[in-house]
Amino acid sequence: MSGDVIVQQLVNGITLGGLYALIALGYTLVYGIMLMINFAHSEMFMAGGYVGLFVLKALTNEAWVGAGTVGFFTGGVFGLIVLFLIVFLSAAILVGILGVVIERFAYRPLRHAPRLAPLISAIGVSIFLQNAVLLWVDSKALPFPAVMPVVTVFKAGGVTVNSLQILILVTTLLLLAFLDTFVSKTRIGKAMRATSQDRDAAGLMGIDINQVIGLAFFIGPALGGIAGVFHGMYYGSVKFDMGFLPGMKSFTAAVIGGIGNLRGAMLGGFVLGILESLAAGFLSAGYKDVVAFAILILVLIFRPGGLLGESVVEKV
Amino acid sequence: MLKVENLHTHYGQIEALKGISLEVNDGEIVTLIGANGAGKSTTLKTISGQLAPTQGTVSLDGEIVSGLLAHKVTEKGIIQVPEGRRIFPRMTVAENLEMGAFLRKDAEGIKEDLEQVFTLFPRLKERINQKGGTLSGGEQQMLAMGRGIMARPKLLMLDEPSMGLAPVVVETIFEIIERLNKEGITILLVEQNAAMALSVAHRGYVLEVGSIALEGPGKELLHNEQVRKTYLGES
Ligand SMILES: Nc1ncnc2c1ncn2[C@@H]1O[C@H](COP(=O)(O)OP(=O)(O)O)[C@@H](O)[C@H]1O
Ligand SMILES: [Mg+2]
Repeated sequence: MSGDVIVQQLVNGITLGGLYALIALGYTLVYGIMLMINFAHSEMFMAGGYVGLFVLKALTNEAWVGAGTVGFFTGGVFGLIVLFLIVFLSAAILVGILGVVIERFAYRPLRHAPRLAPLISAIGVSIFLQNAVLLWVDSKALPFPAVMPVVTVFKAGGVTVNSLQILILVTTLLLLAFLDTFVSKTRIGKAMRATSQDRDAAGLMGIDINQVIGLAFFIGPALGGIAGVFHGMYYGSVKFDMGFLPGMKSFTAAVIGGIGNLRGAMLGGFVLGILESLAAGFLSAGYKDVVAFAILILVLIFRPGGLLGESVVEKV
Repeated sequence: MLKVENLHTHYGQIEALKGISLEVNDGEIVTLIGANGAGKSTTLKTISGQLAPTQGTVSLDGEIVSGLLAHKVTEKGIIQVPEGRRIFPRMTVAENLEMGAFLRKDAEGIKEDLEQVFTLFPRLKERINQKGGTLSGGEQQMLAMGRGIMARPKLLMLDEPSMGLAPVVVETIFEIIERLNKEGITILLVEQNAAMALSVAHRGYVLEVGSIALEGPGKELLHNEQVRKTYLGES
């Protein structure tokens, strides 16, 4: 096992960890406010992959937008940046709206029901969305067009870092920093924290709880949707069941970090991505899922509250 | 100012309020006393919109507010300081107070009220950057009241502010209640500490298992034989 392999796996792990962190935030945000695990969140990730794919295809289809537009988008760096901004924004916004709609119709009517009810409803939403894609889109994996040339940005010995990895990492870090600032500094972000710490008291402050819940159900899925687009680009395809494993892993990341805790979800995502990739390098690729869930078990045994459990760092 | 008429509130099948009527006039301190489980908190929660009444109305200055959600009632100026303080444990003292002023836009007024809170409770100023959850019980009560003051309430409803506090702290809290009232805040005070509550209140109501059993001026109730026996522990 050479040093190069370790470094390469670290690079891969950080990239993967960024995706886990983005998805994990959605689990933890919703849990922090609703004390509910949104099992449909993995399908927000999947939906993001599909929205990204369709928007990308539409915008690079000459029959739809004209040759000139396609030329602009694919002809140079500036065009590509604009193209990707549009792709990511549409995935974030549409999936965010999907999240809000799901909350409104599948969870809100069950708000005062026993806690198992919304969980079951979430599983139902998850199955529904997977089957909707299976039926109405395709049961096979759809290739994600490699519109952006993936170039090697850095190469030393056996270690390479490509432009897509850098794009994923930089975007992820920017989003994490943005969210962190949002909840600690803005009025509505503070309202979210207050609601997650004591929902009834937050209502007494004049905070509209439904608005806060709606916002959590927009932001979480929006971030998950962005992760879905990255995943499609990184692995080259999207499929109706693509959310399952990343969803499980990211939920694990959220629990490892301390569910309900935003920074914990970020940390948990990176820890999981890195350890999993190292395991793939050291042992064999087949062990990475085993390692991921073994870490979950260890954390649950030795730090049941997660790495950044309640008392250490702030929840949502 | 506040008028509660024939209020009924249920928890599922259990009827916790069985037709309560009470009134709080501008500038008064009115107290609602009663044994544990009598329905005092339920009354406040129904007024503040945390619970929906099954019958009856709550109105503020003639406008019906029952049926509104809690944040809408807060908007009308009815501010509840809940039982058990319910401060935000992982927010700082400053942030907790800021949440109290959540609906306000007048930066100047907010600043003035913050100064006033710090004048009333100098301890809070010393602990301004401390997380709410790390404060002592008395400090948390001060924070909960300060947070209520930050909303610039028309009507401030306090649910058992003396609960679990050392006697000296209880003294302080009651002094502050009287002081706030002198500065023009109308107060509805729920207490199990009937002696203290009746001595500061202009008027009082005695609640017994979901119904009003007695009402009258504070001093009068304080000397009422039945009240003395039941709530002041005399025989
Ligand atoms: N969430 C609840 N669910 C069911 N019953 C409740 C609930 N809260 C209070 N009660 C019942 O309603 C009655 C009044 O309670 P409460 O208003 O809290 O009394 P108090 O504040 O005077 O001690 C009690 O019998 C109590 O057991
Ligand atoms: Mg009570």
